[in-house]
Amino acid sequence: MASRRSDTKRRGDGDKYSVLLPTYNERENLPLIVWLLVKYFGESGYDYEIIVIDDGSPDGTLQVAEQLQKIYGEDKIVLRPRAQKLGLGTAYIHGIKHAKGNFIIIMDADLSHHPKFIPEFIKKQKEGGYDLVSGTRYKGDGGVYGWDLRRKLIRYLREDVYFPLLFSLCGLSSLWNSVNDTLLHIISDSLTLPFSHSRGANFITQVLLRPGASDLTGSFRLYKKEVLERLVEKCVSKGYVFQMEMIVRARQLGYTIGEVPISFVDRVYGESKLGGNEIVSFLKGLLTLFATT
Amino acid sequence: MTKLLQWLLGVSILGVAWGIVTFDILDLRLPHVYKEVAWPMPVYLLVVFGCYSLATVGYRVATFNDCEEAAKELQAQIQEAKDDLKRKGLKM
Repeated sequence: MASRRSDTKRRGDGDKYSVLLPTYNERENLPLIVWLLVKYFGESGYDYEIIVIDDGSPDGTLQVAEQLQKIYGEDKIVLRPRAQKLGLGTAYIHGIKHAKGNFIIIMDADLSHHPKFIPEFIKKQKEGGYDLVSGTRYKGDGGVYGWDLRRKLIRYLREDVYFPLLFSLCGLSSLWNSVNDTLLHIISDSLTLPFSHSRGANFITQVLLRPGASDLTGSFRLYKKEVLERLVEKCVSKGYVFQMEMIVRARQLGYTIGEVPISFVDRVYGESKLGGNEIVSFLKGLLTLFATT
Repeated sequence: MTKLLQWLLGVSILGVAWGIVTFDILDLRLPHVYKEVAWPMPVYLLVVFGCYSLATVGYRVATFNDCEEAAKELQAQIQEAKDDLKRKGLKM
């Protein structure tokens, strides 16, 4: 214990990191993400606090958060609930107001963002003095679990084309059916992927906006507090477009951006919150940014 | 300048250059071969850009990292966290 405390002292360079966790119906995930945050901040010795901004979840997320506060202490777990579900931008504003840290970390509470990357974010920020550090799924060791089209393609080709072909050499019609099935599988799979996170959408955005960052729709980032304050003030979009707008405007305002490869593990618990008109709202947001930044 | 204006500026500069060569607006008496190369150029460029786009997206999809290890690690840690939190008295 004594040695760990001296470790913490050695890291004591005055920097404090406030993690903002906006939650809505995350009763299952919240204890897990908090546990992981405590683990990795504890191991790396940085000073931190976790600010839970619960938007009146009917599933009792707040009650779970209160229990966590008792376990880990009021200086580490800060509760800033709001009465009803409001936008992400206002959640950040609400959280920043109460944040004691000079750096703010933004992440999803659904376990798709792993806290093990936070020490890497911090190291990267210190190396380059960056105004913001963004996690990227599209560089280096970065990636996504659960969306792999290539793996699905190989599996479907093997199961739906290759085996039927071997076992039923009796007719071309079965081959035709297999190919049809495969195509249907692939199409339905690609439709269930969030379009705004697809490689195609990313490419279009890169061409149109040239934002100087490889992952625009991700939302695992570290900001200097005053930079986040200024950006949130400027950004008006909703949902995933909000994340894009933040990084595009950051570049426009001349802020420096560092990138750290992250692995994104999609939805361990719970349902995806993406709606059906996601493609339309993404394209609208993209065009708005195109015309205004 | 917004990205839209940058694009419009870029496209109009190229468009004017193309128009000058193709229709010889300034009466420069350019060799005929210039014109022959120039007039289908927009279509060529579009096709090249389309191929580049398809190749890039295709390559990125094919090489996209599927983080199976990360998913396994997370599952193990979730179990560890649940056990530890239960010991600490958390009622889920």
